[in-house]
Amino acid sequence: MKRNLENKLFDKKLVQMAIRQSFVKLNPRLMFRNPVMFTVEVGTVVMFFVVVGITFGDTTQGSLVYNLLIFLILLLTLLFANFAEALAEARGKAQADSLRKTREETPAKIAKSNGQIEIKSSAQLQKGDVFVCEAGDIIPADGEIVEGLASIDESAITGESAPVIREAGGDKSSVTGGTKVLSDQIKVIVTTQPGESFLDKMIALVEGASRQKTPNEIALTILLAGFTLVFIIVCITLKPFADYAKTPITIAAFLALFVCLIPTTIGGLLSAIGIAGMDRALRANVITKSGKAVETAGDIDVLLLDKTGTITIGNRKATHFYPLQVADLEAFVQQCVWASATDETPEGKSIVELAKTQIKNLSPIPRQGKNGEARFVKFSAETRSSGVDLPDGTRIRKGAFDSIKNLVEKAGNQVPIVIVDKVKQISANGGTPLVVSQNEQVCGVIELQDIIKTGIQERFDRLRKMGVKTVMVTGDNPLTAKYIAEKAGVDDFIAEAKPEDKMNYIRSEQAEGRLVAMMGDGTNDAPALAQADVGVAMNSGTQAAKEAGNMVDLDNDPTKLIEIVEIGKQLLMTRGTLTTFSIANDVAKYFAIVPALFIQAIPALQGLNIMGLHSPESAILSAVIFNALIIPALIPLALRGVAYKPIGASALLRRNLLIYGVGGLIIPFIGIKLIDLGVGLFF
Amino acid sequence: MKTNLFSSFILSLACLILFSGVYSSIIWGIAQFTPHQGKGEVLKVNQREVGFAKVGQNFNQIKYFQGRPSAVNYNAAGSGGSNKAYSNPDYQAFIRARIDTFLKYNSTIQKKQIPIELLTASGSGLDPHISPAGAEVQISRIARARNLSEAKIKDLVHKSIEQPLLGFLGKSQINVLALNIELDKLK
Amino acid sequence: MNTEILGIILIYLLSLGLAIPTGYYIARVYAGQKTWLDFMQPIESLFFRLSGINAQQAMTWEAHLRAMLTINLLWFLWAMFVLMNQGWLPLNPDQNPSMSPDLAFNTAVSFLVNCNLQHYSGETGVSYFAQVFCLMFLQFVTAGTGMAVCATVFKAMQARTAQDLGNFYVYFLKSCTRILLPFSIVLALFLAYNGTPMTWEGKAQLISLEGDTIQVSRGPAAAMIAIKQLGTNGGGYFGVNSAHPLENPSYLSNVAESIAIFLIPMAIVFALGFYLNRKRLAYMIFGVMTVGFLLLVIPTVYYEMQTPAIFQKMGIDTQSGATEGKEVRLGTAASAYWAIATTVTSNGSVNTMHDSLMPISGMTALLGMMINALYGGVGVGFLNFYVFIILAVFISGLMVGRTPEFLGKKIEAREIKIAMLVALLHPLLILGMTALAAYLSANQTPMGWWFLDAEGKSLAGGAWLNNPNFHGFSEMLYEYTSSAANNGSGFEGLADNNPFWNITTGIVLLLSRYIPIIGPVAIAGILANKKYIPASTGTLQTDTFTFGLMVFAVIFIVAALAFFPALTLGPLAEFFSS
Repeated sequence: MKRNLENKLFDKKLVQMAIRQSFVKLNPRLMFRNPVMFTVEVGTVVMFFVVVGITFGDTTQGSLVYNLLIFLILLLTLLFANFAEALAEARGKAQADSLRKTREETPAKIAKSNGQIEIKSSAQLQKGDVFVCEAGDIIPADGEIVEGLASIDESAITGESAPVIREAGGDKSSVTGGTKVLSDQIKVIVTTQPGESFLDKMIALVEGASRQKTPNEIALTILLAGFTLVFIIVCITLKPFADYAKTPITIAAFLALFVCLIPTTIGGLLSAIGIAGMDRALRANVITKSGKAVETAGDIDVLLLDKTGTITIGNRKATHFYPLQVADLEAFVQQCVWASATDETPEGKSIVELAKTQIKNLSPIPRQGKNGEARFVKFSAETRSSGVDLPDGTRIRKGAFDSIKNLVEKAGNQVPIVIVDKVKQISANGGTPLVVSQNEQVCGVIELQDIIKTGIQERFDRLRKMGVKTVMVTGDNPLTAKYIAEKAGVDDFIAEAKPEDKMNYIRSEQAEGRLVAMMGDGTNDAPALAQADVGVAMNSGTQAAKEAGNMVDLDNDPTKLIEIVEIGKQLLMTRGTLTTFSIANDVAKYFAIVPALFIQAIPALQGLNIMGLHSPESAILSAVIFNALIIPALIPLALRGVAYKPIGASALLRRNLLIYGVGGLIIPFIGIKLIDLGVGLFF
Repeated sequence: MKTNLFSSFILSLACLILFSGVYSSIIWGIAQFTPHQGKGEVLKVNQREVGFAKVGQNFNQIKYFQGRPSAVNYNAAGSGGSNKAYSNPDYQAFIRARIDTFLKYNSTIQKKQIPIELLTASGSGLDPHISPAGAEVQISRIARARNLSEAKIKDLVHKSIEQPLLGFLGKSQINVLALNIELDKLK
Repeated sequence: MNTEILGIILIYLLSLGLAIPTGYYIARVYAGQKTWLDFMQPIESLFFRLSGINAQQAMTWEAHLRAMLTINLLWFLWAMFVLMNQGWLPLNPDQNPSMSPDLAFNTAVSFLVNCNLQHYSGETGVSYFAQVFCLMFLQFVTAGTGMAVCATVFKAMQARTAQDLGNFYVYFLKSCTRILLPFSIVLALFLAYNGTPMTWEGKAQLISLEGDTIQVSRGPAAAMIAIKQLGTNGGGYFGVNSAHPLENPSYLSNVAESIAIFLIPMAIVFALGFYLNRKRLAYMIFGVMTVGFLLLVIPTVYYEMQTPAIFQKMGIDTQSGATEGKEVRLGTAASAYWAIATTVTSNGSVNTMHDSLMPISGMTALLGMMINALYGGVGVGFLNFYVFIILAVFISGLMVGRTPEFLGKKIEAREIKIAMLVALLHPLLILGMTALAAYLSANQTPMGWWFLDAEGKSLAGGAWLNNPNFHGFSEMLYEYTSSAANNGSGFEGLADNNPFWNITTGIVLLLSRYIPIIGPVAIAGILANKKYIPASTGTLQTDTFTFGLMVFAVIFIVAALAFFPALTLGPLAEFFSS
């Protein structure tokens, strides 16, 4: 089942759900969280009593129809704002639900200590339980493989159909509930309590139950509350002013002025924008642990990217064999193949592949010899080399230059100058040299080359224009790293990176006030993920990494960071531009309502009626109708987000100020006038 | 807080001496060497002080050029404007009365010739000046009252015009008191 | 070209030309660099030694505010004492009486907060001693206070991450000794040479040409006029301020006094550029201020140079402008220019009676004070502008997709809260208090003790108006706007020397002085404490034309829009009705 990532903005089912919610959200206790709309609600209630008063014979407030209309439009304004929020929530929930479906009740085979298997429902699984999964089983819960290796179909989560390998130990030990085991058998330990997985948290976030306002949202709410207060003052003081000028003003007119002036547009859409931001992240298959993380992503200054998989395609490939003596090529290749015989890394495999194209008849490793069977030496972090001890006692080793040099020199031998030069030359060209030795004598160099992803340069360019500095993290030596960094267009690199190097780099950038994002999967990435301002853990990564980061990428796609940064920026921009738009609207609304308030008592003020609105009632109705309609009109923008263009901050400000500032100034003049042409027929 | 209070007290005292005492003494001291010793320029007729050059006076007699209306009747022990708004109906009635009065005493003048400053009160109530046009419209009345030829008075008026600063900043104007003193000297 | 227009263009250009070097000089003073006035150093050191102040001791922003408020409290007590006892204190040749408590409170507060509302008249209301040792003293030190606080904010803006923002007393004293004092001496002597009195002799008495006995008030005026112009105080020596022919004797003196209004407010902006070495930022700020000023001054000059319609209706045909309340020697253009210069800078001195301004000019003068940050009062004008910058940075920061930053510091909820509070205070005080006065006037509420006439008879609300209808409303609106802007000019027809106006404006004055100082200093101090974030291409540049536009929009919307309904019922209704 592939998730529907591109569902329509106004899906019929979602809209129905949202409409129902719009009414539920009228509850003042829920409304109170949004000070701007809360004041509108208070105004609506007041209008209700005015209408009731008129039906009971009050004649001071104008006609019943007019007042009833004002009441209805105010109510509609509230409902529209609620609808925006409800729709955003519904969309988020729909996303989450489709994820949740993947974890419907599945039987779990609990492995008991006595080796017996007991079948339990997935809902009953507790943290620490160990279950077994065989080919064809659905994994019942999130967990970590403790034993075995399996290929797993994760398409239910990621939409990616190619199966992935997960195995115990190492950085690919994590499995997600709802995915399917295709082959082999694994034992998995449950890592989260039911209802506490990231997915559960995410669902709660979009559903609003545990949604907390983000720092920028709080600041913006204060700003909007401030504006609201200013206009409360304006409207309350208008009463004695009007008394002095002997101009009676109806309650409807007061409330209309007030509701039009306070920033209802942004106030009504604010929470929808926030929810939509997280929803967009979810759509990009990123689970965020908090709204704050999405927002912070927009502020990122430095991006730490692993070279492999992000900048280069997969892994390095062997491209050349350089034996010490040219004549010995065949023998050297043979040695290389033997040394890589059990090397399951892509690099090791690529050596064998290359060898096959160069030498027709490679001989397998001799089975038996005086020392018995061939013994393979696995790669270890200390020796940083791997290889094989042949049955005849020959020791072939393959590894980084430094490690082989160590090995050779320890045995009292010299590394030939030609080899040293070759190593330097390969590094300078961006390749990775692997040195091969036989019995502690250097016998040649293998050149590995990275293949840089197409289009990655443009992406880095884009990031640079956003003001984000990219840093490549690689285990390569500095020369190689530099070459690739330049070729890919990253701004900086960390070569021969150890986990603590990442950590130190993050710390030093943070000390200078920059915000750092990184992606990681391994357990040893966990501290750095925790330290980074935005840490994105791959879903395939270890539990520790997922705990440490504040986002989880279900696609395990390292380039996802770039998208996350854009989503964050979009979120902030959408808030900023709609605030500007909302406040700019006030100018036109003033010119519609203020003359309407006084024109009967002071006919000379007709001069201020620059829109030439038909009558005071028509002007006021037109303004409130416009004010109400602009909210649903902007819902698509609020949910999709304002497009981010990496053109530099000043150019971006100019662009947005032109569209939303100047637009916000002009549009209501046109809109109110058009509505007045219609309303003017009746009032 | 306590040290703040003490420090503030002494510092304020020192400032009081410097900015009130020393500063004003310096200005006063140097002002003694200015043309009028800082007492203001006084105009004299036959050694008798008749007024401050810069401060306007009330002229009720028709033989004198009149200055602008004054909200304080040119009492220079105080000062003040009318603070009336043009939109004020009382004020408008007042202006009409002023126009009528002026036309009564200057019968050769047409309504549209009256310069507006002769109808409006100055800000200080002590404005010593009128515009050259303000003097022109009074020439015929004064000539009759003094039995002098209009040309002679016109000549005096023209001589009394103070030109704009450096010839191009602000407007030309006439000091009414100075003009009237000169007027008295005319035979 | 019209010589009157030429005159005001020259005044503006001279102000600008002098403000740039002055700004450079001010920046050097606050940075503690060498200046040609370093011979004042021993005097300053002596002052500090006597008062036990360690000039080297750096203060946090909280300490700055504590020091500022403490010393201000002392000045208030001194002012109350002098004003209520001037009758028997020395230097009272005209034997003016002591002030009533409510008038003394209003006067003390209004001079303490650099407003100089002046519900008294200089000639009859205060003694020479009070003028020189109370009012003029306050004109120096309160201007110095505003500048000192501004210097603190400069320092905070400069800091990458710092607790210590220099020493308040040093900024304060240097502002007075190095900036206000020397400039005042120059201007005072210039005025003295141009005929402004500087004498300790009392009123002159003489016989006029027509034979009447007349009196002419005099006094140590030149010294006070210089500092009231330079320190954006505005409290004139004589009742009608710079309309008085002795306070402002000629067109030339008017040029000098007009330049003095703008000199330091403009220079402070340039000083910021030199001090932070961010000249483009200073140009941006100056540009926004100038555009705002021009938008106000151009219609004002235009309308004041027109003859009012009612005169044309009566058949008066001369084209000399709206001369009611204006002086012939100054002309209508220079008066209109001054009216805006004095209201945008929170100066409040006048050379024309604002009550008699044309409706649109009355509105532009009001707007100048409602915005209160176009050049603004010495020091505090920049602080007000700073609040607008913070709000503009916040909105535009969001618009470019980043948590808003200003000069490398993040603007967060706390700063927005403070900025909004300060921005809110102004409409709250102006509209709230005007509403009270309008209510009392509309209902003709008996005012009891709050409003007595000269005979001690209690009057009803609204009897304080000098003009009816819309203009009357403008008079009340203007009085509170002037108070809230710490401006000090007035629609002087309003009968404001009574307990009601003295006390209510006094409270407005206090709130609107100290909160807008505390707010920006707190913001700047909090920001200074924050971690410095180096700029990247994603960072919003605050020294660009676009950002200037944004600041302008914020000023327009926050400061002007809130007052639109009030202005509609005041000057706009008057304009459209006439």
